[in-house]
Amino acid sequence: MIWNKQAECMPDKELRKLQLERLKETVRRAYENVPYYKKKFDELKIKPSDITSLRDIVKLPYTTKTDLREGYPFGMFAVPGKDIVEVHTSSGTTGKPVVAGYTRGDIDTWGEVVARCLTMAGATSSSIIQNGYGYGMFTGGMGIHYGSHKIGATIVPVSAGNTKRQIDLMQDFGTTLITCTPSYALYLAEAAGEDGVDRKKIKLRAGCFGAEVWTEKMREEIESRFRILALNIYGLTEIIGPGVAHECDKKAGLHIFEDHFYPEIISPETLEPLPDGERGELVFTTLTREGMPMIRFRTRDVTTLRREPCKCGRTVVRMDRITGRSDDMLKIRGVLIFPSQIERALLEVKGIEPQYQIIVTRPRHLDEMEVQVELSNKMFSDEVKHIEEFRKKIEAHIEKSVGIRVKVTLVEPKSLPRSEGKAKRVFDKRELK
Amino acid sequence: MDKVMQVSVFSENKPGRIEKITGIFADEGINILAIAITSTNGFGIIKLLVDKYERAYEKLKESGFTVTLNEVLAIEMKDSPGGLYEVSHILSKNSINIENAYVYVVESRARAFLLVEVKDIEKAKESLSKEDLKFFKYAEFKLA
Amino acid sequence: MKAPEIIRPDSYWQKQDEIIGKEALATLQLEHLTKSLRRVYSNVPFYHTRFDEAGLDPENIKSLEDIRRLSFTTSDDLRANYPFGLLAVSKDEVVRVHTSSGTTGRAKAICFSKNDIECSATLIARCLVMTGTGKGDILQNMMTYGLFTGALIMHYGAEKVGALVIPAGPGNTERQIQLMRDFGTTVIHITPSYSLYLASALQQKGIDPRKDLNLRRAYLGAEPYSEETRKKIEAIYGIDVYNSYGLTEMSGPGVAFECGYKNGMHLWEDHFFAEIIDPETGEVLEDGQEGELVLTSLRREAMPLIRYRTRDITKIITGVCECGRTHRRISRILGRSDDMFVVKGVNVFPQQIEQVLMGIKGVAQNYQILLESYDHLTIRVEIAKELFDGNIEHLLQLQTEITDKVRADILVKPKIELLEPGALPVSEGKAKRVIDNRTM
Repeated sequence: MIWNKQAECMPDKELRKLQLERLKETVRRAYENVPYYKKKFDELKIKPSDITSLRDIVKLPYTTKTDLREGYPFGMFAVPGKDIVEVHTSSGTTGKPVVAGYTRGDIDTWGEVVARCLTMAGATSSSIIQNGYGYGMFTGGMGIHYGSHKIGATIVPVSAGNTKRQIDLMQDFGTTLITCTPSYALYLAEAAGEDGVDRKKIKLRAGCFGAEVWTEKMREEIESRFRILALNIYGLTEIIGPGVAHECDKKAGLHIFEDHFYPEIISPETLEPLPDGERGELVFTTLTREGMPMIRFRTRDVTTLRREPCKCGRTVVRMDRITGRSDDMLKIRGVLIFPSQIERALLEVKGIEPQYQIIVTRPRHLDEMEVQVELSNKMFSDEVKHIEEFRKKIEAHIEKSVGIRVKVTLVEPKSLPRSEGKAKRVFDKRELK
Repeated sequence: MDKVMQVSVFSENKPGRIEKITGIFADEGINILAIAITSTNGFGIIKLLVDKYERAYEKLKESGFTVTLNEVLAIEMKDSPGGLYEVSHILSKNSINIENAYVYVVESRARAFLLVEVKDIEKAKESLSKEDLKFFKYAEFKLA
Repeated sequence: MKAPEIIRPDSYWQKQDEIIGKEALATLQLEHLTKSLRRVYSNVPFYHTRFDEAGLDPENIKSLEDIRRLSFTTSDDLRANYPFGLLAVSKDEVVRVHTSSGTTGRAKAICFSKNDIECSATLIARCLVMTGTGKGDILQNMMTYGLFTGALIMHYGAEKVGALVIPAGPGNTERQIQLMRDFGTTVIHITPSYSLYLASALQQKGIDPRKDLNLRRAYLGAEPYSEETRKKIEAIYGIDVYNSYGLTEMSGPGVAFECGYKNGMHLWEDHFFAEIIDPETGEVLEDGQEGELVLTSLRREAMPLIRYRTRDITKIITGVCECGRTHRRISRILGRSDDMFVVKGVNVFPQQIEQVLMGIKGVAQNYQILLESYDHLTIRVEIAKELFDGNIEHLLQLQTEITDKVRADILVKPKIELLEPGALPVSEGKAKRVIDNRTM
C-alpha cells in the first residue's frame, strides 16, 4: 500500500520541478523572515533570486546544531510566535536544547509524512498502533500519533517504558503495529516470550523502529522473535521529527519524502557534495516547513543515497540505514571506523560491561587504536590467567567483526568515568593537523 | 566438623529490637558468641552465633520474631595480621564464594573464627575437609 | 485577594451553544439523548440487555427523565467489558484508546472516534477561551502525555484555539523552569500538588514567579484541592487559577470548567446530561443538594455511556452565572463515594494494590497504604514468616519485586517498607488499609 501515490511515485521530472518551486519559496521565506539566514546570505552575497535550479543549492550555507542553539528559543522561526502551535525540543549533550516550532500547517505535514511511513509498514484504518515512543517534548510520540490519526488507525498512546503494561495492552487490544526504539523492541520481545503471555493473543504484524542506530542483525532478531516485519524509520527534530524517511517492505533502504525534504550527501571533511552512491554526511533542506525552514542542515548522520528504482514502485530516493555519526567517525590506517561498530562487537562478548573508551594514537607514524574495556565484577574476581585469555578473545572478536586490529586493555569494574548524558568514548590523541 | 548453626532474625530498623532479643537470651541463659547486623532499605537482619541455638530459635519464635536457623562455616584463624588472608585464600582456591561473613574473636590476638555463609554448605564442607583448617567445636567451649 | 480576571463578555468559542436558552437546551439534550440511546440499543449488547431489563424502548423516550428507568453504568461494567465490549461503532472507526491504570481485567479502556476527539478538543477550546486563553498564549502542559487523557486532550484543545503548546509533561522541574523562562509561558496546566512543589523550587532558585515569569493563569485538575489552596497558589504566582473537571470515561478534561467568576464549574450540558444522586440509595437529588455526579454522554460516538457513576461528590450550584453562560455549574469536587485516591495525578484503588500484593510469595496478609503527599506513596508490607531464610538478598529481591509489580499496575512507583509479621494493627471486620495524612 502507498499512502500518497501521487507524491511518492512522482515522475522524476515532475518531482524536480516541484522541489525547485518549493526550494525557491523556502529560501525566500527564510531570507525574509529569519534574521539568521538573512545575515548569512548577505555575508555570502547571495540573494534568494540566485537560486534558479536545484543545483544552485550548493551556493547556500550549511546550518549546524550550533547555529540552532544560538538562535534558541525563537531565533529560527519564520513566522510570528502566535502562528506557532507546538514546540518540541531535542536535548543536547551540552548547553541549550534545539527548539523546533510547528505551525498548524507543519503539524498537518508531519501527520502526512508519518502516515506514509506507517502505510509502508502496512497500517490502514483498521490497524491498532501501539506507540511506544516517548510522548512530550520528544518528537517521537507526537509524530507517530499525528500520523496514525491521519490514517484513521487506532492509536494506543502508551508512550515509552513500563514493559508489563506494553505486553498486556498488546494482547488486550490486539495491537497490529508497534513503534518504539529497536533496542526496546528486543527487550519487549524477550518479555513477550515469558510465562503468562498468550502468544496467540499477540497479533503484531510489523514495527517501525528508529531513533537510534541499529543493525541488520538486530532486525533479524526482532523479526524472528516477534515474527513480524521490522522496518526502519528515520527523522530528526530539526527537520520535523520522525517521518523524514522510512523503509518499504522491500527493506532496500529508506525512502526519503523528497517532496518535503531535499537530501544531499557531503564529505564531512571537505564539505563538498558527494555524488549519489557515495557514503558521507546527510544534509537536509526542508521544502515545506512554515514554522522553521531549515537550509542545508547538517544531520551528522552518515549514509549513502541510492537512486535506482525500488521494486515497490516509489520513485523517491532511498538512503541506507544510518551507520554512524560523522562527528565520531574515525579514520584508522585509512579505514573508516565508527565507535558504534566497536561497541556492537563488544556487546557480543559475554562478561564485559557496556563501558569502554577508545584511545587513538600515532606512535611512529602508524595509527593505533586502544580499546579500554571494563570487566564485570564477576570476571574481575577470576584469576589472572583467564583474564589474559579473555582479553585476547575480545581482540580477536573485534578484528573479526570490525576488520581492524586493536589493542584491548581490561580495566577494573567501575573505573571508567561515567557521565550523565552521552558519554565521551573516543579520545583521538593523534596530531593530524 | 560440628554443624555450626546461625540464628538470623528479621528486624525493622526501629529502636529496642536488639534489647528485646538480648533480654530473651538473658532470661534463658543463652550466650551470644558473635553478632552481626546487616541493615538496608529500612530493615535489617541480625545474625547471631549462640551456644544453645535451638533454644534461642524456639524462644525468639515464641516471642513473635521472624527467625530462621541456617548452617555456616566457622573456620579458625589467627587473630594476627595475615590470619584472614590465609583463610580467604583457601576459600577462593576451593571456589567457595562468601555470601556473608563476620568474625568471632575468642581471645584477642590469639584465637578467632571466621563465620562464613555460603550457598552450598555441604559442598563447601567437603572441599574444605581436605584442607589444613581448624573448625569451631561447641564442645571446646563447653557449650551446648 | 486580587480581583478575579473577568474575561470580556464576548469571549466565547461557540457563543450560541454556550448561552443557549434553557428550553432550547432541554430540547437539544433530548434530541441527542434519543439518538444516542437508539444507537447503543442497536449496537451495544450490554445496553440492549439493560433496556430490555428495564422494559424501555429507545423509540419511546419522551423526556429526559425517562432515562431514570435505566440502571447506572459503573466502572465495574467498564472493566467487565474491557477493552472493546461497549463499542457502539466498528473498531475501524476508533482512532484512539485511552486507559486508566490497572492491568488486564482491572483497567478501563475508553475508545474515541475521530469526531469524539474533535468534540473533546472543542469543549477544551470553550474552556480556554472562557478563561482568556487564545492565540498568542503559550501553554505549558505539565500533565502526563500518553494513555491518560489529561495532557493529550488539553493539547488538542489548545492547538485548536491557536495557543502555542509546550508538551512538557510532568516532572523534571529544572527543565520546566527553563522552559517557562525561555518561552515566556503564559498558561500552565498542572496538578495542584505539583504547582506547590514548583513554587518552592522557584523560590529556592531565587525566581519570583510574579516578576520573573510571564505567567497569567493556571488550570488545575486531576486532584482534589481546596479554595484555600487555590488562593495560596494565586498569591504565590500572582495569577488566576481555574478549576478543571473531567474524567477519562467522559473523554477527559473539559467536562466542566470555571469561568472568570470562579464560582463553580460550567458543565457542558449540550454534551453531557448530569444528575446528582444519593450514592447510597441511587435516588436523584434536587439541584443544590450534595451527592454523586452521574453523567450521560450525549454526543459520543465510539463509546457512549449512559448514567455513568463518576463517584465524585459535588452539587449543582443554583442560580444564573454572571458570565452569561447558561450551562449549570457544579461545585468543586468535595470527595469520593468510593475509596479511590489520587497520587501523582493517577487514580488508584486500594484493591489494585491488594491484588498485586496477594499474588506475591513472601508477603503476609496484612498491609497498609500510607499517603503523606500527593506525589508519594508508601506501602507497608508484612513479610511471610514461613519464607524468611535469613538472607538479606532475598528480602531485597522481595522489596524490588513488590515495587516493580505495584508500579506496573498502578503506574506510580511506591516506597515499600518491609515489616515484621504482626507489626500492623489487625482490625476486626474491614481493615483500614489507607492512611491518608494529606491535607489540601
